[in-house]
Amino acid sequence: MKSLKWRIVIVVALFIIALWTLYPTYRYYSMNQSQLETLPKAEREILKRKSLNLGLDLQGGMYLLYEVDRSKLKPEEVKGAVDRAIEVIRNRIDQWGVFEPSIEKLGEDRILVQLPGVLDRERARSLIGRTALLEFKLVAKTSLVNDIIKKVDDKLHEVELSNLPPDSDTLSLDPNPFLNLLGRIGSDVIAVPEENVKRVEEILNMDEIKAVIPKSYEFLFGKPVEREGRKYRPLYLVKKDPVLTGAYLTDAKPDIYRGGEARLQNTPVVSITFDRKGAARFAAVTGQHVGEKLAIVLDGVVQSAPVIQERISGGRAIITGLDSKDEAKDLAIVLRAGALPAPLKRLEERSVGPLLGKDSISKGITALIIGFLAVVLFMVFYYRGAGLIADLALILNLIFVMALLAGFHATLTLPGLAGLILTVGMSVDANVLIFERIREELGLGKTPKVAIATGYSRALITILDANLTTLIAALVLLRFGTGPIKGFAVVLSLGILVSFFTAIFVTRIIFDYLIFVKRIKKVSI
Amino acid sequence: MRFFRNPDVDFVGMRRYAFIVSGALIVLSLVTLLVRGGPRYGIDFTGGTLAQVHIDGKIDIGKIRQAVFDAGIKSAEIQNFGSPNDFLIKYKEEVDASDLVKALKQSLGVDIRLDRTEEVGPRIGQELKKKALLALLVGLALMLIYITFRFDFKFGVGSIFALFHDVFITIGIFSLLNKEITIPIVAALLTIIGYSINDSIVVSDRIRENLRKLGKVIVLPKFISTVNRSLNETLSRTVITSLTTLIVLISVLIFGGPVIFDFAFALTVGVIVGTYSSVFVVAALVVEWTQATHKGRR
Repeated sequence: MKSLKWRIVIVVALFIIALWTLYPTYRYYSMNQSQLETLPKAEREILKRKSLNLGLDLQGGMYLLYEVDRSKLKPEEVKGAVDRAIEVIRNRIDQWGVFEPSIEKLGEDRILVQLPGVLDRERARSLIGRTALLEFKLVAKTSLVNDIIKKVDDKLHEVELSNLPPDSDTLSLDPNPFLNLLGRIGSDVIAVPEENVKRVEEILNMDEIKAVIPKSYEFLFGKPVEREGRKYRPLYLVKKDPVLTGAYLTDAKPDIYRGGEARLQNTPVVSITFDRKGAARFAAVTGQHVGEKLAIVLDGVVQSAPVIQERISGGRAIITGLDSKDEAKDLAIVLRAGALPAPLKRLEERSVGPLLGKDSISKGITALIIGFLAVVLFMVFYYRGAGLIADLALILNLIFVMALLAGFHATLTLPGLAGLILTVGMSVDANVLIFERIREELGLGKTPKVAIATGYSRALITILDANLTTLIAALVLLRFGTGPIKGFAVVLSLGILVSFFTAIFVTRIIFDYLIFVKRIKKVSI
Repeated sequence: MRFFRNPDVDFVGMRRYAFIVSGALIVLSLVTLLVRGGPRYGIDFTGGTLAQVHIDGKIDIGKIRQAVFDAGIKSAEIQNFGSPNDFLIKYKEEVDASDLVKALKQSLGVDIRLDRTEEVGPRIGQELKKKALLALLVGLALMLIYITFRFDFKFGVGSIFALFHDVFITIGIFSLLNKEITIPIVAALLTIIGYSINDSIVVSDRIRENLRKLGKVIVLPKFISTVNRSLNETLSRTVITSLTTLIVLISVLIFGGPVIFDFAFALTVGVIVGTYSSVFVVAALVVEWTQATHKGRR
């Protein structure tokens, strides 16, 4: 049997290639964290890239699905907005330093972000989901503010009057319904107590009220502040048109305040640098408006509104009013990466902690080993020598499937692990079909040689046929599933495809070897 | 060794019992589904938030329930998950899981670890539901196409019936046990569809092979005995294959942990029901049909 030799060579060669492909995976996962850290970073990353990838549900991490809200964009901005958003998100995540993140566009306006190993949910959200639109807006002078508050008050009073049922006591109505919702911090900052914020927002959104506020101005809230145990939100009247935006920014760095104001000493800040054009504009505007306030607005919320002391010519500014060093660090990252072209809406979020992931891995592997051993023992018990041959095929099947996953750097998820276990149970089917046929043929009194040949040829069609349906189902899952489910579908299809090779091709070699070389007269089946 | 040495079971003769068993299972599924107002969908499909938390030390679930309620979450469903220290909290309110855990830590005075969160917007839930249904329909349609190519008409119809039978009963059993239908469960259902038809194919192939040996004219008793013989000939294979699959599934059920339990459970139910239906239901339907239309002519 000349072909026998060649068939053995093929199998052995594939086996060696599989082990070769699996070696980095073995190396990577057999090292502990500190051993990994002794490797140079580049080498470690190469090793990781050559290894079997673990899904978010096994190694821990986050899955975030966003929608780009394009409803407020101008028609010419809509096109490319999603791609631009992806670019910005990628920038931010790269600067954050996540290894092997995946950022992909789904459909028209959706972005799927997967962050392996990331567990700080709040931080991930603020880094990705934040628009980070930085604007500098001039604050209206106090006289104008008072004037407009008066107008709002009058209008609101009028509206409330007209809404009263006839013959009610008009005098019981508050003549200053708006002003009385507001408070003050210091001498000149209007602040709304927390409990009134909702009402104030409602009032400012009324069409009648909008009509009395000049078109070029808008009210914006500031970040919450606490004074004497009460929570407030400052309210600013600012010019709608920003004098400058984050688009002119070249750099942003987290820093510590070392300027003139005692209150801010040693608080975290972000220092920003403008490009030449931005610096020139900043100088011009600050020069013209000395003594006025300039609001630094981030995503529609006033971060701070310092008084312009003098013309600022160096093209530098600092953002104060940050709560922590981490906030400063993250703000610097998002500002450097640029603003998103449109706000993102979070549609779906999933996260798995590292301990649960580890637990799932160890439980999955236990289930795999025990299931595997049970099937191996059963096959030997039921089919004797032939069972051993099938077991060998089963071991090869697992090794090949793992090698294929590692070779393509595919992702093994928890359902994928279940798929691998299921493969153990299902892929012996091919051998069961063959062995049952051989038994039948032997039962008809045929010689082992003939029985084996007939068994294989008769069972072949049935095997292809029967496994095809499972394969079809797996392909549907591959098409419709996401993340973990895809992992299951991939492993299941690979398991079935590989079993065609191991359970038919490989086992036949052994039978042929026994029949033609060892010249056995009786099959143990 | 062999479980069946030249088995000679009159499967076709037992078809009345099979119809009773299947009928009872279908009615049971239908009734539970009607009583419970449809399958119980997980947050994948309804939208909402799920938090899996680990609490060190012994704690009463009632206390957690109260603390969650006090944290402003009125819609919460809380269940033990795998171990006495692990809990699943599911709710509709727009409260972040991390914030809930913070609040619980404070009110319960224990350390709580947040192991897993899922947050699905209502719109996505609807979409995922549609997508899952579409996947199931596409899966079924592809099987249908495959079957029409592969089987004779009657066997095709019988197998399709068996498919719906298997999936429906699995959903029914989930509903009976008040288990949730989530995305992995739909994946399991699809796998069942693929797996269950696989047995029917092997059986029907054997029937066709045996019928061919009989020549052109086949009388009904001969047809029935051939069907029976084919079922018996493939019985060993059907049982062994299902058995090895069940062995690994049971291993997952016992050792695989709570996260994967329901997925493995759906597959287990599906494999058992699928194996049963390919032996008892498909051929029985074909025989019944042949009897009714041919009235002994064939």
